[in-house]
Amino acid sequence: MKKDIWKEKTKTCNERDATFTTVSGIPVKVLYTPDDLSDFSYDHDLGYPGEFPFVRGVYTNMYRGRLWTMRQFSGFGTAKDTNKRYKYLLKHGQTGLSVAFDFPTLYGRDSDDPFSRGEVGKCGVAIDTLRDMEILFSGIPLDQISTSMTINPPAAMLLAMYIVVGEKQGVPSNILTGTIQNDMLKEYQAQKTWIYPPKQSMRIITDIMAYCSEHVPKWNTISISGYHIREAGSTALQELAFTLKNGFCYVEHGMKAGLSVDAFAPRLSFFFNSHLDFFEEVAKYRAARRIWARLMQDKYNAQNPRSYLLRFHTQTAGCTLTAQQPENNIMRTAYQALAAVLGGTQSLHTNSMDETYALPTENAVKIALRTQQLIAYETGVVNTIDPLGGSYFVEELTNELERGAYKYFERIDKLGGVIKAIEKGFFQKEISRSAYEYQRKLERKEKFQVGVNIFEEDEQPKIEILKIPRAVETAQIRQLKKIKRERNGRKVREALKELRRAAEGGENLMPKIIACVRVYATLGEMCGTLKEVFGEYHEPIIF
Amino acid sequence: MRNRRCAVDKRLRQLIRGDKRVIAQTITTVENATDPKVLEQIFPHTGKAYHIGITGPPGAGKSTLVNVLCQHLLTDGKKIGIIAVDPTSPFSGGALLGDRVRMTDLSLHKDVYIRSMGSRGSLGGLAQKTKDVALVLDAAGMDYVFIETIGVGQVELDIAQVCDTTVVVLVPESGDSIQAMKAGLLEIADILVVNKGDREGSDRFMLELKFAFELREQVTGWDFPILKTIATKPEGIPELGAAIAAHRSYLEGCGMLEKARKIKLKRRIHELIENRISSHLREHMIGEHELDTMLDKMYRRKLNPFRVAARIADRIIRPQ
Amino acid sequence: MARKIRVLVGKPGLDGHDRGAKVVAAALRDAGMEVIYTGLHQTCESIVEAAIQEDVDVIGLSILSGAHMTLFPKVLNLLKKRHASDIVVIGGGIIPQADMKKLEKKGVKKLFGPGTPTSEIITWIQEATVKKRSRPKRGTVKPTKKLRQKAAVKRRSGKKSARQKKKPKHKKK
Ligand SMILES: Nc1nc2c(ncn2[C@@H]2O[C@H](COP(=O)(O)OP(=O)(O)O)[C@@H](O)[C@H]2O)c(=O)[nH]1
Ligand SMILES: [Mg+2]
Repeated sequence: MKKDIWKEKTKTCNERDATFTTVSGIPVKVLYTPDDLSDFSYDHDLGYPGEFPFVRGVYTNMYRGRLWTMRQFSGFGTAKDTNKRYKYLLKHGQTGLSVAFDFPTLYGRDSDDPFSRGEVGKCGVAIDTLRDMEILFSGIPLDQISTSMTINPPAAMLLAMYIVVGEKQGVPSNILTGTIQNDMLKEYQAQKTWIYPPKQSMRIITDIMAYCSEHVPKWNTISISGYHIREAGSTALQELAFTLKNGFCYVEHGMKAGLSVDAFAPRLSFFFNSHLDFFEEVAKYRAARRIWARLMQDKYNAQNPRSYLLRFHTQTAGCTLTAQQPENNIMRTAYQALAAVLGGTQSLHTNSMDETYALPTENAVKIALRTQQLIAYETGVVNTIDPLGGSYFVEELTNELERGAYKYFERIDKLGGVIKAIEKGFFQKEISRSAYEYQRKLERKEKFQVGVNIFEEDEQPKIEILKIPRAVETAQIRQLKKIKRERNGRKVREALKELRRAAEGGENLMPKIIACVRVYATLGEMCGTLKEVFGEYHEPIIF
Repeated sequence: MRNRRCAVDKRLRQLIRGDKRVIAQTITTVENATDPKVLEQIFPHTGKAYHIGITGPPGAGKSTLVNVLCQHLLTDGKKIGIIAVDPTSPFSGGALLGDRVRMTDLSLHKDVYIRSMGSRGSLGGLAQKTKDVALVLDAAGMDYVFIETIGVGQVELDIAQVCDTTVVVLVPESGDSIQAMKAGLLEIADILVVNKGDREGSDRFMLELKFAFELREQVTGWDFPILKTIATKPEGIPELGAAIAAHRSYLEGCGMLEKARKIKLKRRIHELIENRISSHLREHMIGEHELDTMLDKMYRRKLNPFRVAARIADRIIRPQ
Repeated sequence: MARKIRVLVGKPGLDGHDRGAKVVAAALRDAGMEVIYTGLHQTCESIVEAAIQEDVDVIGLSILSGAHMTLFPKVLNLLKKRHASDIVVIGGGIIPQADMKKLEKKGVKKLFGPGTPTSEIITWIQEATVKKRSRPKRGTVKPTKKLRQKAAVKRRSGKKSARQKKKPKHKKK
C-alpha cells in the first residue's frame, strides 16, 4: 500500500514545534485522503449548486451569474455626514448600503438622553426621528439600491422609518429591498444590545415577520447573525451551531405565531464572520448550508425550496485586526474575504485597516472595498463554483463541523431550547470560556498574531484617524429639540398611546409604529413606551 | 501617639455615622487582620443589627432576591448592609465577584452598603472573616445585615450560624436533590423560599417540601414557613419580609434571640482562643526547621507521626 | 496572608462588547486578585460608588464605544469629589493615541491598547498596588489642612518621578 509506505516515512520526519489545530482548536491531520471520506456520496452529501442540500451554493450558477454584493458597513456623525460617505461609496462601485447606527440609536435612546452623553454619532450615525432618516437617504433612490440596517431592539422603528422615507420618495413598500438585523437571540448571547426581555423581543420579531410577509415582501426580516457570537470570542463551531440554532428558534416562533413556514422562512437571511483560519471558514459556510436545508426540510416540513436556502452576508473578523502594524490588516482582511467568496457568500463587508483605532477613514475604506474588487476581477476564483468542493480536507472539515453542530443542538435542546439556555447563561459561558482560552493560547504562543506576539516591532504606527467632533452631539441635540418644537405634540401623544394599547394587547405593532414615525415621534419615545409595557432585560452574568 | 488616638477616634466616629468610605476601609483592615485593635474598638457599638442569612445553591436567585427584599425594607427608612460571599478559585486564590450586578438598584441608595467577599484561604477561615465584617456593618449603624452565601459546604453553614434568621433559597430544579440537602442545608433554615416560582414544577416542589417538613414545627415551636417567590417580577417579597419579621418577634418573644446570641458569643470565644493557640503553636512551638528535619525522618520511616505529635503536644500541655 | 489586590472591572456607557473586560477579569482572577465585575451598561456614578464600597485598589474600565473622552474624566471627577482619588484608574479599548495622552494627563494612570497581553496588565496592577499601598494614609481619615498640604506635595512629587521613570519606556507595548 502506497499510503502505508508514506505513513512509515512520516515517522522519520521531524515536525516543527507548533500546534496543528485550526484557530478554533480542531486538530488538523498532516494529510487528508479518500479514506477520510469513506461513506461519502456526492449526490447526497454535496449535490449541485442551487440544488439540495445546497452545499456548493444556493444559486445555480453563482458568481458566473452575479457577483456578491459589495456592501461596506458605514455610518458616523450626523445623517448628513453619513449621507456624504454613502454617495462616496456608491461612486466607487459599492453596490449596496449598510447602515451603522450609533450606540444610543442601537439601544433605542434619543441623543438627549443622559445615557447617550459622549456616544452620539461616535460609532455610527445618530437617528432620533424620521427627519434624520430623510436626510440619510436624500438623493439615494430607494428603488435602486438595497439597504442593510444593523439594528436590533429598535429594528421595527428603523424599518418603519425606512418605509416612510420610501413613501416620500414615491417608492411603495412592496418593492423595497434590504435587511434589518433584528436578531435578538444573538444579542442576549453575545452582542448584548437589548431593551426588553426575550419573550417580548420575540413577539416584536414575529410581528415584523408577519407584517413584512404581507407589505414588504422583498425585505429580509431577520439577519441571523453569527458574526457577533464570533467577535465575542466563540469558536467557528460555536458560531455555526449557535447561529443555526437561533435560526431554527425563529422558525419555531414564527410557526407558533400561526405563520406558515414558507411564508417567512425565505426572508430569513444569515450573517457570518470570516475569521483567520481559511479552510475552517470555508467549511463552516458549506456545513451551514447543508444543515439548514436538511432541517428545514425534515424537521420543519418546509415545501418552498426557497425556505431551504441559507443566504448569507459575511464580514471579515474585526477581532482579528491588530493595532500593531496596522497595514497587515489589509492582508488579513484579504484572506478572510477570499474565504467568504470561496464559501459562497451573497454579500461581503471587508474591514478597514485602521478600525482598531477609530472609525475608518475614507482612504482606508476604499482600500477595503478594492480588496473585494480585486478578488472579483483579478484572481479568477469566481470563474467556477465552489472550487474547494471535493477537497478531502475541506469536505472532512465540513462534515466535522456539521457533526459538532448537531451535538450542540442536542445540548441546547436538553437545556430546554435557546431561550431557556440564554436564561441559564449557557451561550454566554461557552463564549467567554472560548475567548479566554484563545487569549491564553496567544500568550502561551500556541497561536500567533503577527506583530502582536511574533515579529513584533517597537515603532509606533503612523496612521491617520477619523475624529468625530464633539459638535456632532450638540448639533444632533439641537436638531432633535427643533423637531420636538415643530411637530404636532397632540398627534404624537395619540400615536404613542395607540402603540401602548397594541403592546398591551396582541395586535401587530408595526402599523402603530409606522403611525408614530409619520408624526415624528422620536425613537426614544417609541422604545420607552414599549419598555413601560414590556419591562427591561437584565443579563444573567456568568463567567 | 495622642495624634494617632485622635485620628482613631475620628475614624470610629465616621464609621458609626456610616461614612461609606470609612466602612469600606475598615472592612479591608478587618478582613486582612492588619490591625487587631479595630474589632475591639468597634465592639461596644455593635449588637443592634439584625442578621439575616441568605443561602442556597448558585443561581437560585439569592442576589436578585436580596435586591428586591431590601428595596421593600428600605421603605421603612432602614439602613442595610449586605455582604455577598462568592467562592474563590481554588487554584489561584482569586475571585470573580459578580453579585453586585444583581443589586444595581441598591448600589446608589444612601442607606445601603454592599460588600463582596471572596472566600479566602484557610487562615482565620471565611466564616470568621465574615463575622468580623458583619461586626463592622453592625457598628456602622445598619439595621439589617444581609449575608449572602452559597449553600454548599461546611463554611457556608458556619456563616449561616452567625445569623439571627437564615433563609434558604431553593428553586424548582432543586427538587431532585431534596433528600441530600435535608441533612445539611435545610437543617439551618428558619425560612424556606422556593424562588423562580414562575418556573415549571414550582407548585409540586412546594408541596413536596411542605410534606417533608410537616413535623418540624412541633419540635422547635417555630411555625416554619415555606414561601414561593419570583424575584425577577417581583412577587412574594412582602410575604418574605413579613416572615422574617415574624421569626424575629418569635425569637424575641421567647428569649431565644438573646440565648442564641450568647451561644454565638461563646462559640466565638472558643474560636478566638483556638485561633490564638494554634497560631501561637505554629509560630513558637514547632519550628519549621525542626519539623522539616523530622519530616525527613518520618518519610524514611525512622520516626512516626503519631509519636511526634504526642511529643510536641505534651511539651505544650505539660511544660516542665 | 498577603492582602489581596482588589480590582473593579467596569463597563460604563452603552457598548456591550464585554469580551475584553471578561477576558481581563478572568485573567486577574487567575493571578490571584479579587475582581468585582459590575456588568454592562453602568453609569459612572454606580461604578464609583461600587469602587468605594468595595474598597478596591484599581478601577479598570473597558470602553469601545468612542465615548472615552466623556466617561473617563467623569469617573475621575466623581472619585475626586468622594476624596477617593487614591484609587488607581486604568482602562482599555479602542482609544486613539492622542486621546490616550490627554487622558493620562487628566489622571488615568494607564491605558492598554488592543492586543496587550493580560500578563502585562497583571504585572502593571501588581506594581501599582504596591506603590499605592506604601503611600501613607490613603486618604482614609480626612487629614487636617496641614497634613493635606503635605500629602499633596508628596503625592505630586511622587507622581512626577513615576512619570519620569516611565518616559524612556515610551515605546508601545
Ligand atoms: N425566572 C426567574 N429567574 C430568576 C428569578 N430570580 C432570579 N432569577 C434569575 O436567575 C439568575 C441568577 O440569579 P442570581 O440572583 O444571580 O442568583 P444567585 O447566584 O443565587 O445569587 C439571574 O439570571 C436572575 O435574573 C425568578 O424568580 N424567576
Ligand atoms: Mg449571588
